[in-house]
Amino acid sequence: MFYRTAGQFKSSYEADHALFPVRQDAILLGVILVFAFIVFPVTASEFTFRALLIPVLIYSLAALGLNILTGYAGQLSLGTGAFMGVGAYACYKLVSIFPEMNIVVAIAMSGFFSAAIGVLFGLPSLRIKGFYLAIATLAAQFFLVWLFQKWAWLYNYNASGAIQVPNIDMFGITVAGPRATAMTQYYFVLCVVCVITVFAINITRGRIGRMWKAVRDMDIAAELVGINLMHTKLMAFFVSSYVVGIAGALFVFMWRGAAEANLFDIPLSFRVLFIAIIGGLGSILGNFLGAILIVALPVIIGSVPQAFGIPVDSAMVEHLNIMIIGALIIAFLIIEPHGLARFWAMIREKFILWPFPH
Amino acid sequence: MEFLNDVLVQPFADMAAAPDFLLQVLWEGLVGGVLYALIALGFVLIYKSSRIFNFAQGIMVVFAALTLVGLYEKGVPALLALPLTLAVMLVLAMTIERVVLRPLVNQPDIILFMATIGITLFLIGFGELIFGGENKVMITEQLFIPTGSIVFEPFGGFVSIEEKDLTAVIGAMVLVAALLVFLNKSKIGRAIRALGDDHQAALSVGISLSTIWVIVWFIAGVIALATGIVWGARAGVSFALEVIAFKALPVLMLGGLESVMGAIIGGLAIGILEKLFEIYWGQPLLGGNTEAWFAYMLALLVLLFRPQGLFGEKIIERV
Repeated sequence: MFYRTAGQFKSSYEADHALFPVRQDAILLGVILVFAFIVFPVTASEFTFRALLIPVLIYSLAALGLNILTGYAGQLSLGTGAFMGVGAYACYKLVSIFPEMNIVVAIAMSGFFSAAIGVLFGLPSLRIKGFYLAIATLAAQFFLVWLFQKWAWLYNYNASGAIQVPNIDMFGITVAGPRATAMTQYYFVLCVVCVITVFAINITRGRIGRMWKAVRDMDIAAELVGINLMHTKLMAFFVSSYVVGIAGALFVFMWRGAAEANLFDIPLSFRVLFIAIIGGLGSILGNFLGAILIVALPVIIGSVPQAFGIPVDSAMVEHLNIMIIGALIIAFLIIEPHGLARFWAMIREKFILWPFPH
Repeated sequence: MEFLNDVLVQPFADMAAAPDFLLQVLWEGLVGGVLYALIALGFVLIYKSSRIFNFAQGIMVVFAALTLVGLYEKGVPALLALPLTLAVMLVLAMTIERVVLRPLVNQPDIILFMATIGITLFLIGFGELIFGGENKVMITEQLFIPTGSIVFEPFGGFVSIEEKDLTAVIGAMVLVAALLVFLNKSKIGRAIRALGDDHQAALSVGISLSTIWVIVWFIAGVIALATGIVWGARAGVSFALEVIAFKALPVLMLGGLESVMGAIIGGLAIGILEKLFEIYWGQPLLGGNTEAWFAYMLALLVLLFRPQGLFGEKIIERV
């Protein structure tokens, strides 16, 4: 019906390898982008920006970074939160040492710091595999968070031990800090996320992405066909940590406004991992679907009792929330272990074939 | 030179100067290590029999301890609350097997790992809903655990050993011995080890997968209860206990995922070493709280030289 692919002929390899071989995909994406760039900002309230739109984008970006490592290159990481922290603290130091630096440059640079740390903790992956490797990333997680607390230089010797985002202007508009409006921050995050997503789509479907997938599926076989395991794995750690670091910088500068070290502790890592797995490992779209689910769910659960006028105290809502999220994770894993992205792929397939069953 | 002196000479000089303090530190480390070993044991059992990396072991400890204390607070006598808690753990094991594990048979490791994180979240919410989130006191005296302390005076110094810690160490030793006998001598124990060696072969000689899984999760629940009582007696029962699951992970890695002996030795080694490092290196040189990461760094170092852990089965890769 909507997704009829009949009549879309490809007469060259370039056309066959295009970003959108099926025209309807491009149209659908265009509609979503129109919503993201025009409809949402016009209609959304301050609360919607802060509680839904911005966090969804930032978590998607973090999950995208993790997915490059875990979903495409097959290296399990439980230290995403700490790498986000490296990005955030690096950005904070850059901004406070060079106040004139453009915020875009500062965020882009801070990714390199987390990438370097990521490669350092990725080195053990050359010898250790699977769950044993998860320990290496957990070592990073605990060590880095400890470092954020103890190394006072990182937070400019603040008495509170927290980092505070100052007011930062870009081309005369305040984009970060207490004075910035939610809408500017939303547009800023949206642009960064779009750029990085395009980059991620292209890197994962190109030569490098195919090398990652080969290593993920069987690293010995990949080595035998001439793929340099060290380069490939470390490259995955580099790119992944870079994206995660940028997500971390945005997390603090565009959303939270301030951060303490324990914000980057293990619950954040698990949250991002949930998003990546529920969305679907080895897919780009999945990160966005997973982030929408994980971020929106607590907000919705929190507002349901109010909508029906049932008085529930906030502690109970929080407990119920944790419980329901736990149950949902199990339910999703049982129903579709390959994540929401696979779910969408199946629906799309049905649309293409409709009204025929096969 | 100053730095090298601080790192390489001074800590040992401190140790030699106050041997009684060193003994105290070693004892504290040992008690901590016993607890890590107990939790790691729960992990190893489940990993051996089902290749599931059970992240929920930490919350099972909390849940068991909370049930025990909660029942007692509802008016159930302590000695009756104990078997009742065991019954709750059995029901929990059966529920997990039926609802979570059975539909997820044959999924990749990471999916099962995520499922156990799901169980963890569910139990956190469920436990807080029923028992409330506040800190509770473990019913030590009602369970006839002595609470005094024994004081030694070696080298003209002063070492104090809490009797409940002593009970914990002895209790853990008995538990581990019983478990080893059970695993090695009983029919069910052999079935568990057979499943660990080869799922399909075990199934084809008539071992029931689901029964064994229930049994294994129940044993893990019993271990969790023991850990909960011991740890709760030291630090109170609260959801903060859940973080000890993270302490058990490096223990597992150090010892090797499949090895019961590895879990015990790894636990003791990490308990003692992290305490020593914290007291003699961490606090004077690094600003303290190094226990948060020391175990991981140690495990990482060991893994670099032995990727399967100290006692794990050698990883053989076939193409």
